[in-house]
Amino acid sequence: MEFISSTWHWSISGFLIGLVMLSLIYFGKVFGMSSNLRSLCSMTGIGKKVPFFDWDWKSQRWNLVVVAGTMLGGYFATHYLSADSNVAINQMTIQKLQSIGIESPESKLLPKELFGNDVLKSPKMILFLLIGGILIGFGSRYAGGCTSGHAISGLSNFQLPSLKAVVGFFVGGLIMVNFIFPLIFK
Amino acid sequence: MNLIKYLIVGFVFGVVLTKAEAVSWYRIYEMFQFDSFHMYGIIMTAIATGVVGIQIIKRYKINDIKGLPIEILDKEKGTFRYWIGGLFFGLGWAMVGACPGPIFILIGAGFISVGVVLIGALLGTFFYGLIKEKLPH
Repeated sequence: MEFISSTWHWSISGFLIGLVMLSLIYFGKVFGMSSNLRSLCSMTGIGKKVPFFDWDWKSQRWNLVVVAGTMLGGYFATHYLSADSNVAINQMTIQKLQSIGIESPESKLLPKELFGNDVLKSPKMILFLLIGGILIGFGSRYAGGCTSGHAISGLSNFQLPSLKAVVGFFVGGLIMVNFIFPLIFK
Repeated sequence: MNLIKYLIVGFVFGVVLTKAEAVSWYRIYEMFQFDSFHMYGIIMTAIATGVVGIQIIKRYKINDIKGLPIEILDKEKGTFRYWIGGLFFGLGWAMVGACPGPIFILIGAGFISVGVVLIGALLGTFFYGLIKEKLPH
C-alpha cells in the first residue's frame, strides 16, 4: 500500500487528470471548476439584481456533483492515504520559506502559519486568505476559466486564448511569490 | 441517477490532486520558485494526455455517452481579458496556493480556514459579475 500513500508520481497524476477531463468530454460536458463559483453565486437568487448571474445554472448541477465528489476525494485521501513521506519539497524551497517565517512541511499539505486554525483569530490572516480568494474568483471569471478550464482543457485543444490566460497565471504567480510575499512576510 | 458518475469522477479528481500534492500550498510555492519539476510534470502530462484523447475523439468522430457527436467549443476570441484576468488569477493562486478545484478539495479534507478562501472566491466572482460590463474584454 506504500505506493498509494506516498506522493504520487507526476506522470501518473497528470495522466489521471487528463483522463478526468476526457471522461467529462465523453459525458458531453466540459472540465472546468471555477464555473461552479458562478453557479454557487447564482443559487442565492442574486440573478434578479445582477444579470451575469441570471442564467440556467441548474443545467450545471452535474458540475456541483463533481465538486461534491472532489470534497469526498479530498477527505478520503487525507484521512486514509497519507504518509509521513508526503510533501517532500526541495531543500532550497524550505530555506526560502524559512526566510519568510514559514516552517518546512513535515508531511503537512498546508503551512500552519497560513492555514492553521489559529489564523481565524487573526484579522490580518483572515484578510490574507480573503484577498487571495477574491483574486482567484475575480481573475478566473474575468479570464473565463482557471487551471482546469484553460491550462488543461484549453491547451489540450490548442486554444490560443487559453495560452494567453496561462501565461497570465504564471506572470501573476511569479509576481506574488517574488515581489509581494517579501513585502507581506517581512 | 445519472449523476453518480459525476460524483465518481469528482472523487477520483479529489484523490489524485491530493496525492499529487497539487492541493499543497508548498508545492505551488515550490513551482513558482522553479525548484521542482513536479507541478510542471503534472500539468504537462495532463495536457499531453488531453491532446492525444482529443485528437482520437476528433479523428475517429467518437460519440459521447448518449450517442451524440462530441463537439468541443472553441474559447471566445479576445486578448485583454485573458492576460489581465489570468494575471489576477495567478496572483491569487500563488498567494493561497489553491485554484478553484483544490479549494473545494481542501475544505472536504477538513481545512476550515480554506472556507475563508472560498468566501473570497465567491465575493470575487460576484464582484466580476457586478462590473463585467464596465471591464475591457
